[in-house]
Amino acid sequence: MEPSASTYELVIEPGRAERHYWRDLWRYRELFQVLAWRDISVRYKQTVIGAAWALIRPFLTMVVFTVVFGQLAKLPSDGTAPYALMVFAGLLPWSFFATALGDASNSLVGNANLISKVYFPRLIVPIAAVMVAFVDFLIGFAILVGLMLWYQFLPGWQILLLPAFAAIAFAVSLGVGLWITALNVNYRDFRYVIPFIVQLGLYVSPVGFSSAIVPDQWRLLYSLNPMVGVIDGFRWSLLGGESRLYWPGFYLSLAVAGFFLWLGIRQFRKMEKGFADLI
Amino acid sequence: MSDVVITAENLSKRYLIGHQSDRRERYTALRDVLAREARNFARKGLDFVRGRQIVQGDEVEELWALRDVSFEVRRGEVLGIIGRNGAGKSTLLKILSRITEPDRGRAILRGRVASLLEVGTGFHPELTGRENIYLNGAILGMTRAEITRKFDEIVAFAEVERFLDTPVKRYSSGMYVRLAFSVAAHLEPEILIVDEVLAVGDAEFQKKCLGKMRDVSSKEGRTVLFVSHNLAAVKGLAKTGIVLEGGCLALSGAVGRAIEGYTKLTSRCMSDAKHEEWGRGTHTRIHNARLLTNDGKSTTQYVPGEPIRLEIVVETDGTRGLSLELFLTDATKTRIGLASTYQFHGQTLPEKKGTYMVRIALEALWLATGSYGFNIATSVVNHEWDHSVESALEFDVQYSNALGYSWDFKQSYGYGALSLLLQSSAEFQPYDEKEIAWDHL
Repeated sequence: MEPSASTYELVIEPGRAERHYWRDLWRYRELFQVLAWRDISVRYKQTVIGAAWALIRPFLTMVVFTVVFGQLAKLPSDGTAPYALMVFAGLLPWSFFATALGDASNSLVGNANLISKVYFPRLIVPIAAVMVAFVDFLIGFAILVGLMLWYQFLPGWQILLLPAFAAIAFAVSLGVGLWITALNVNYRDFRYVIPFIVQLGLYVSPVGFSSAIVPDQWRLLYSLNPMVGVIDGFRWSLLGGESRLYWPGFYLSLAVAGFFLWLGIRQFRKMEKGFADLI
Repeated sequence: MSDVVITAENLSKRYLIGHQSDRRERYTALRDVLAREARNFARKGLDFVRGRQIVQGDEVEELWALRDVSFEVRRGEVLGIIGRNGAGKSTLLKILSRITEPDRGRAILRGRVASLLEVGTGFHPELTGRENIYLNGAILGMTRAEITRKFDEIVAFAEVERFLDTPVKRYSSGMYVRLAFSVAAHLEPEILIVDEVLAVGDAEFQKKCLGKMRDVSSKEGRTVLFVSHNLAAVKGLAKTGIVLEGGCLALSGAVGRAIEGYTKLTSRCMSDAKHEEWGRGTHTRIHNARLLTNDGKSTTQYVPGEPIRLEIVVETDGTRGLSLELFLTDATKTRIGLASTYQFHGQTLPEKKGTYMVRIALEALWLATGSYGFNIATSVVNHEWDHSVESALEFDVQYSNALGYSWDFKQSYGYGALSLLLQSSAEFQPYDEKEIAWDHL
């Protein structure tokens, strides 16, 4: 027997746990890159202003929120930070989360022809979708830098921890995204649930206002929303000392984020094998 | 070189399908509708809570698409898998290529598997040919380095050099298919699974594809599983064959024997009972009808180019001037042909009361691949219809190309249902306006 054949033996059986699942995922990393690259390069084809859309949308949202919450409702900002800057520091992770959730949940159904024709670890598809949203997120930083220059605002040492908060944002988006993606294949009800979550979440999460205005006795409960921890973390790290982090709430958000990541992966792997039959 | 590469043991796959129940309330009251909807909702809710599949309709049926299929394939062997539509071929390939999981049984694969289930899967219309080669290659399991190494070969095989930087949505369908096959043909797995890919492209390119597939198995020692309705291609390529029928393994062995067995397979669904639901006319009653093979066995398959042999059981009260009419219908139930015993041949039904077996052979037709049927009717000549039965019998054509070229002419292409053949090869003469003048009216 040739070595190549004897080393690679695959047993297909009902309900058999894939022993090499994570190794397989690694082996297919190039497919992951290619899918993400495809989605990015196709995203703004046949549009006039192309990738500028990734800048215009968050920018306009920020302007509207600043006017409505800051000027009209006269809500307080964090410390002395400009209101627009505070809004944008929250808007960045939020729009990443919203885009990732929307794209990931449609990714499997959108790639139905692939799923029903070719084998690869299905986890690749939603992760690639989250990755694409992450690219938009990085583009959004250009606006942040512009705002900081405009207001002549210098962030403190806390900005060094920003990658850690970005990682948490990624984990939350991926966790919730995977969970809903898996459910969306079987129960298309979720297609209607997601826009709703995204729309409602924008007001439930502290995007247009500071979470400091939430009364103290409710802060912990409020932090059950994992995006509260993420957004507060972003503000703390970007606005330096101006935004205080409410640590118990932050840890709770972190725990909820971890729970969703675990739930998402578990749900996804449980349903993965049936995708081709259900899609 | 005779070690076993694929072992399949009792592979089975079950699907759940839902129906609307037949016993529909005659007078649908709002209360009944509400009750039914509530029942459905409760069931779906329960399925959801238990994490099960949601099935539409209010009756759920199990369908075994594949049942206890076992076989072995050795290294370097080409296995042809044949069977009619719905026999479980695609399900089997999907299990072996890990797209779906079996419900019972197991398969052991020794080597990397790549499947070519449909050409062009994963092509993105907005991307250029060059980009799509990388995209498709990655989807089929090639690494970037591998694709780069074979890039020139792939492009040359597909003959699309000039259009590499054009988005594939601007490609002609021929170019599209050539490029897609070319990427897939340059895969290097130990086991290659191919489903119906050769039904596309022009004859020239198909020959090239078949040649390439032959090389893959004989020169490179890879194992190939090949599914096609094109029996000629299967015969030319495969050494061994298995025949699937209704999800079960009906036959396995040398490819010649398997094909022979397959063409003789007769439908087990055909019953000889009278069709009570067909009703009756005033003077006549059509009891039953069936299609026969050349050697007189009941079948639901028609091989184009052979006479269409039919047996129809008709009861008559002996009235004079009754005619038997047959309408050939295509897949959309559109009438595409008429046979009439009286109008075309001056024959009427016997003028003696009784039940007769009518044997009819229609002249050979070059029907396209797809499903057909006959509406059968009796009429009082030039006066009125007596008993008419819609879709009295149905049959399929599995593959159609009169002269055996590998392009399968399918009804579903929308080019009609009949092959119109040239009486002899087309003549090509140099054309000179002065010498050959057509008289215009």
